[in-house]
Amino acid sequence: MAANASTRRRFVNWLLGISSVLLGSRILYPIARFLTPPERAEAATNQVEAGPINDPAFLEKGFKVVSFGAEPVIVIRVGAEEFRAFSATCTHLSCIVEYKKSKELIWCNCHNGQYNLKGQVVGGPPPAPLTPYTVHLVSESPALPKTVVVSKKA
Amino acid sequence: MASREAIRRWFDNRFALDKVQALAEHKTVPSHRFSVIYYFGGMTLFFFAVQVTTGILLMLYYRPSAENAFSSVEFLMTTVPFGWLVRSIHSWSANLMVFTAWIHLVTVYFSKAYRPPREGTWITGCLLFFITMAFGFSGYLLPWNQLAFFATKVGTEIAGVVPVIGEWTVRFLRNGDRVTGATLSRFYGFHVAVLPAITTMLLGIHLALVQLHGMSVPPVAAEESSRRKPMKFVPHFALRDMFGWLLALAVLAALAALFPWDLGQKADPFAPAYADIKPEWYFMFMFQTLKKVPGGHIFGIEYEVFPIVLFGLAGLVLLIVPFLDRGLVRKGKSPGFTVVGIAALVFIVGMTAWGYRSWAPVGIVLGVLALMGLFAFLVRHKEGAAGTEEVEE
Repeated sequence: MAANASTRRRFVNWLLGISSVLLGSRILYPIARFLTPPERAEAATNQVEAGPINDPAFLEKGFKVVSFGAEPVIVIRVGAEEFRAFSATCTHLSCIVEYKKSKELIWCNCHNGQYNLKGQVVGGPPPAPLTPYTVHLVSESPALPKTVVVSKKA
Repeated sequence: MASREAIRRWFDNRFALDKVQALAEHKTVPSHRFSVIYYFGGMTLFFFAVQVTTGILLMLYYRPSAENAFSSVEFLMTTVPFGWLVRSIHSWSANLMVFTAWIHLVTVYFSKAYRPPREGTWITGCLLFFITMAFGFSGYLLPWNQLAFFATKVGTEIAGVVPVIGEWTVRFLRNGDRVTGATLSRFYGFHVAVLPAITTMLLGIHLALVQLHGMSVPPVAAEESSRRKPMKFVPHFALRDMFGWLLALAVLAALAALFPWDLGQKADPFAPAYADIKPEWYFMFMFQTLKKVPGGHIFGIEYEVFPIVLFGLAGLVLLIVPFLDRGLVRKGKSPGFTVVGIAALVFIVGMTAWGYRSWAPVGIVLGVLALMGLFAFLVRHKEGAAGTEEVEE
């Protein structure tokens, strides 16, 4: 009789435990899914205009950082009609790089990463070169200065 | 194994586990025919816990600005996995929490549990009740939809009627002269920081006082309760409590899944108000009263000032009722306060029904009474049953 009651008690406790675990997991599952950020569609960008070749930023500082979709791209004026473009995200820890005209280096101020004008690492901690972009100079009218157009490398 | 005992002792030395266990073992709940009233405070607390959990989850996606609020909630409901469910649960649980808080307030009032020495429990409870309303009102604006916008406009306007401090209160609530994005920032701050902080404090005091004084026995059940053995809190009452919470969760999940809360349209300060616009049901009786007061003034005071001031006074009377009900202390009963309470309930339910032009509110009250009866039967403290006979005197 006593043994019978104790097995019944054990069974009921076991049932209660299992039910609690199931209930808990049914609450936790939606929460876990909710916490996972959903994919957000980013507009695909193929090319952007970085302004006219005589843009004051190009003339004074020698560079400009433009947004290529969500990606920052640094456009550097190397000569009067020669421009180069690279991903502006440093390959070390994702800071935004700038161009040091006096040293002719692409420079990351966070940890002194240095790249040359081909995007290759020449100093500091970056592990990989900057991704290059293609630059075209487009002339809409002979009277106007040419426009710098940046596009993805094929 | 000695190590297990050693671990237990290590924790006991630091956290006084044995004392906590002794406390839990000695805690009892009175047994009588109205014992069901002891479950509604806990049920309100359960819904509050749901509100805290889902509220934190919503905060992870919500953006509190006039530009982004609506679209962030839209994103939550359309794109985030189970986002619609979390928001729907938050809205429904808010309503159910107000509902169980009402039941708790009404049952505690009529069982005269506010009599000495429980004045502090009553006052903190009343303040928590008012704060629950403030939670509802401030949370309503956050999706920044048309309905929310007008509800806030009208609701804050009412505060302006209060003599002397009205104008300042309106500006304080709106964070300016009009309902704008600045109001949204302020309501968000109230809703997720100010009110939760005050609630945590009051709730702590309220629950500590409940532990300190134990459950109050209604005067009408005093004789029965003294005859019967009380129920042990652990495990018998606690399991019944959890059974109630499980039912509450089931009702909540069913409502949230079958009737998801809609989002409406983005607030437009220049769009006309809807025809037949209504506040949330728990503000309906006040709204309807205000609507029925004619325009005009007497001694330079607008008629509409009177009901607003009267509602304010009624809230104050409710808060200090333990100090007004002197007959209860002297004679152990106070039928006058019971009559006033019933009159207030009839007024509230009647005004709500009138406001909706429907008997549904009366039906809901009757339905809830029937459900309470059923629940009372399911969790009844049987005389001589396992729950009541194990108490050691």
